[in-house]
Amino acid sequence: MGEILLPLLILCPLAASMIVSVSAGRMGACAIGTVACTGVGISAVISIILSITLLSGPPAGVLQVTLWPWMHIAGFSADIAFMLDRVSMVMILVVTIVGLLIHVYAAGYMRDDPGIARFFGCMTLFVAAMLVLVLASDLLCLFIGWEGVGLCSYLLIGFWYNDPANTAAARKAFYMTRMGDVALLCGLLLLATATGSLRIGAVLAAVTNGQLAPSGVNLAALFILVGALAKSAQIPFQTWLPDAMAGPTPTSALIHAATMVTAGIYLIARLHDLFAMATPIMALTAILGTLTLLMGACTALVQSDLKRILAWSTISQLGYMFLALGCGVWQAALFHLMTHAFFKALLFLTAGAVIMRTGHEQDIFRLGGLRHAMPGLSAAFAVGASALAGLPLVTAGFYSKEMILSGVWHVHFGLTREWTLSGHPLWGIALLGAFLTALYIFRCVFIVFCGKKQGTSATGRTSRLMSIPLGCLCFLSLCGGVIEMPDTLPPLHLFSTLLDPKTPLSHADEPIWLVLAGALAPLAGLGVAWVLWGRATPVMHEIPGQAAIIRLARTGWGMDALYDRVFVQPFRLLTWLTHHDVLAHAITATGRLTQAVSGRIFQARTGFLDILSIWGSRGTGWMAYLLGQLDNGRVRWYAAWIAGGLCAGLAMAVLS
Amino acid sequence: MPAFSFNDILLLATTLFSVGLAGVLVRRNMVFMLMSLDIMLNAAALVFVGAGARWHDATGQVMFVLILALAAVETAVGLAIILCLHAHGRPTLDADTGNLLRGWNHG
Amino acid sequence: MNPLPALVLLPVVGGGLAWLAEHIQPHTTTPARDASWWVVLGILTVETLLLVMVTFHHPAHAGPWLGHFSVPWIPAMGIAIRLDMDGLSLSLIWLSLILCFLCVFLATRQVTVNAGAFHFLFLATLTGIIGTFLATDLFLFFFFWELMLVPMFVLIAAWGHEDRQRAAMKFFMFTQGSGLLMLLSILGLVIAHYQESGELTFDYFTLAHTPLSPAVSMLLMLGFFIAFAVKLPVVPVHVWLPDAHTQAPTAASVLLAGILLKTGGYGMIRFNVMLFPDAASHFAPIAMGLGVAGILYGAWLSCAQDDVKRLIAYSSISHMGFVLLGIFTGSRMGMQGAIIQMLAHGLSTAALFLIAGAIQDRLHTRDMYRIGGLWTAMPRLSTAGLFFAVASLGMPGLGNFAGEFLVLLATWHVSPTTATLTTAGLVLSAIYALRMVNRIFLAASRPDQHPIQDFPVRQMAVFACIMVFLVVLGLYPQPFMMFSAPSPLSVTAVTSREGATP
Repeated sequence: MGEILLPLLILCPLAASMIVSVSAGRMGACAIGTVACTGVGISAVISIILSITLLSGPPAGVLQVTLWPWMHIAGFSADIAFMLDRVSMVMILVVTIVGLLIHVYAAGYMRDDPGIARFFGCMTLFVAAMLVLVLASDLLCLFIGWEGVGLCSYLLIGFWYNDPANTAAARKAFYMTRMGDVALLCGLLLLATATGSLRIGAVLAAVTNGQLAPSGVNLAALFILVGALAKSAQIPFQTWLPDAMAGPTPTSALIHAATMVTAGIYLIARLHDLFAMATPIMALTAILGTLTLLMGACTALVQSDLKRILAWSTISQLGYMFLALGCGVWQAALFHLMTHAFFKALLFLTAGAVIMRTGHEQDIFRLGGLRHAMPGLSAAFAVGASALAGLPLVTAGFYSKEMILSGVWHVHFGLTREWTLSGHPLWGIALLGAFLTALYIFRCVFIVFCGKKQGTSATGRTSRLMSIPLGCLCFLSLCGGVIEMPDTLPPLHLFSTLLDPKTPLSHADEPIWLVLAGALAPLAGLGVAWVLWGRATPVMHEIPGQAAIIRLARTGWGMDALYDRVFVQPFRLLTWLTHHDVLAHAITATGRLTQAVSGRIFQARTGFLDILSIWGSRGTGWMAYLLGQLDNGRVRWYAAWIAGGLCAGLAMAVLS
Repeated sequence: MPAFSFNDILLLATTLFSVGLAGVLVRRNMVFMLMSLDIMLNAAALVFVGAGARWHDATGQVMFVLILALAAVETAVGLAIILCLHAHGRPTLDADTGNLLRGWNHG
Repeated sequence: MNPLPALVLLPVVGGGLAWLAEHIQPHTTTPARDASWWVVLGILTVETLLLVMVTFHHPAHAGPWLGHFSVPWIPAMGIAIRLDMDGLSLSLIWLSLILCFLCVFLATRQVTVNAGAFHFLFLATLTGIIGTFLATDLFLFFFFWELMLVPMFVLIAAWGHEDRQRAAMKFFMFTQGSGLLMLLSILGLVIAHYQESGELTFDYFTLAHTPLSPAVSMLLMLGFFIAFAVKLPVVPVHVWLPDAHTQAPTAASVLLAGILLKTGGYGMIRFNVMLFPDAASHFAPIAMGLGVAGILYGAWLSCAQDDVKRLIAYSSISHMGFVLLGIFTGSRMGMQGAIIQMLAHGLSTAALFLIAGAIQDRLHTRDMYRIGGLWTAMPRLSTAGLFFAVASLGMPGLGNFAGEFLVLLATWHVSPTTATLTTAGLVLSAIYALRMVNRIFLAASRPDQHPIQDFPVRQMAVFACIMVFLVVLGLYPQPFMMFSAPSPLSVTAVTSREGATP
């Protein structure tokens, strides 16, 4: 049964996408929403069925389906093949269930948009592409989904194409991820050359068998890492994600929670055996993740646009996941990916509802006191915020973050024989990040929902279609984390056992203050946020913008401007300069030169002839007259000349 | 039927050719010039047939058919040119009125 | 009955009929051009039936060569009309026919002036192309090579856009000049063979076994290479292409980009690599360098264009760079990649040219700034445009990616650095493709835009067929790869001909 269900899982959203796109303009908004939600809904049901089948099977059971051979040629073979194991099982559950909730929400959110068919066509295609990515058992097949999510994100970010800024943001997202894709492609080429196949199992086996030189492994891991960094918006590719807010809010939720940015995490988790062989790259991953999480948190702290705060917080949370991946605790990364999907979707959807009801106002300082106008949304946002901050015990975010922190604490990178890198400083920064996370998200909560009422007024109601998904996500954000607990609490390791039944992640020697520190940091952040922004007369209404560093942070540390100066402007200038085909010009110019030179020679020659003609003008003139008489243009004369000439020639030939 | 020797045929062909050539050179009427050209072509064709008969080779007859076609085409094109000239307002058949062969840029 | 000569001659004969049909049709009921249009459609249908026959009903004993036809032409010089068909030529002929159908359905009906003559020239070009793909006599090959040039020249010069004369002249001079070099090479090869064996022949299979000194073989190979490089085009001699593509009428652009460029790739496979394998492998590093230069240079310039057709033309240069790269990697993988890339590029670029032509018919401009966003007014056209732009940027799952990947993989085997450099072209291709999408499809429409007519459903169905082709080519290229492999010389030269001639 699984052999049929697995392709069907991908086919359902794909079919929904086709139906919706082809019927553009002929179906009503309701029908379109229904088709899209049905497509994703069926695949959600299928993924649940498949998960149950998989879990009831043997612990290391894998469902393999090879649909058809893709390219088989001497020295290389690739198939369109899918595989469901426990890692991809977690992913398909997240993608389809969170995706379904977002689709239901979007059916309400986008009801009045004229381009709803295009919107749902892209959204369902997005889910389908993500499912391909997650289920592929061949890296080349994975690459289809990898590029597919990039394309869909491009289409959705630039969905409101009437504003050039939106399409520019969409292009930026595509270009930046495309650079990563190219790096990933290079990695794939390297692996394919070394192993002759891109089957994930075969590649990992070849790498662990030592079929690839260590430098080759490092290089491949580096290429793949760059691809993942670009897709997941990590330093130095982070700039596309905040701009990606240009799309409709459900799109942002989908990009941030269920699809797209999680692809990088998934890829590295999937190839963790390869990365385990490349220690320097692991260290690099961890360091970049740490930097990103710190930078994202700091930037989020000074933003004033609601959606941008959430975007930077995504970057920061993805930084946590990369940190976990770098430290080898990929189970923790996947766990955080899951809980993050819940609460980030919740936050985005709630923010979308708030923004929609306040007449598209996104500046948090012009919102305020919305607690009274929309209590339900405030509660939902608060739940999401606590989960993001990781308030201890009651939220899902706490458990996943705790898992990452304890993993980081125990790690040691053996870079060279005498030089090892301890995970402790990374742990410290991650803890600081946790504090900052609570600080910035509760800053947002307090400013938007508490405090005095500002100019904007809330209108309308949140439709049921939108509030039901919010309720579900609230539940998941609160309770989704109890399946995995630190050892100091009841040692429950459902999630890591699920992923890796042989070696469940457990740190029995974990000091208790480690967990305590992880629990206290968010609380401290909450407290500080309350002091600064929460009370009736807030200490700080707005972070002063005068300080240069804050202004810099507000623009994302000037990375945008830097890239603009270093890459975009020179590129534009160069393309403008070479706008006309230089080579073509060179060749045409050669032609012109020849022409000019021959003209000059011609002139010189006529000059020479002039002198000649002065010398012998009379004789020449006479001769010219005679010749002119011959050249009279009359056919009969010409014929006579030809005949005469022939006769003369024949005579000479015969007589001589 | 007495067989003609090859020499007779050559003689006849030469005579025909000379008649044609003289016609081209002397007549000013373009229709007559075309006819004379055809005579010249036929003279050449005659030589081919004669040579074919002399050496018992079919190629001569093939070439004759080719020349026949060529002559037809040539006449057709020539007459078309004459008609064209008429249509363009030069209602004369005198070949000496045209001197475009001289090249237009020399005046 | 041997279908090969019919395959070659049918288009040009049918073209003559189409020309006549324009004059026979009384001018009262339907426009005269419709008569010739129907004739062309009929001819293409018959041609397709013939091709189906060849594809599925070839004698089993013929081996990899699907068909053979041979009649002496000028026996004194060893010239014969020899036509042979293998998988490569068959798949390229299929591509030609599909594209001709596309043109006939979408472009040639828009020609209003002298439609009969237009159709005749169009089909005459097709004859030249099919002949080029089939000829295995070098003299005949050269004949067809020149034959496809002349009608195309007239098509550009007579029905083109504003600057057509210059563009046509450039096209003619470049291709003609390089064709002469090829003729020299052919004569050189024939004479070398004559000196060696005392037999004067232009037969491809016989000449393939001529022993040549390395220097001579390199020289002869270069003569061929330059001719094909101009057609492909390879970067320093691509100058004719942007002008010709831009100025040509839509149908001619499609033929140019879709098939004429492929004759260059076909020639390189059939004549450079297979006739002179040693010289080709010596020359490979330079050729691959030129390929990479073409990929990057074409993509780079494509990023800077404002004229839609010019943008697509430069992107063609970039894509054909992959073909050159693949052919000269010297491995079967690269060759297969190049062939898949040729097929996919033929489809996607032809479709893009048709779309650009449709836009020009409706808005009378090719300047992207003056076109403005079309999605609101023409969602169907824009959807098609978006799809083919995405195909041309190399989206996995579509045909172009399959070709590019195989070429890159084969290149990586030879030189990882070159392959890495080449992948930069993929980023550039994303830039130009999306720039085009965001200028003319997904963009705000111009305020002064008149109401314009979108594609009717019928035309959209034609485009949908091409999309399906591209998806199939991208997701299941295996049958095409098996099918379109060029037949190796050694196995087939004697055996298949002996099987087929009696």
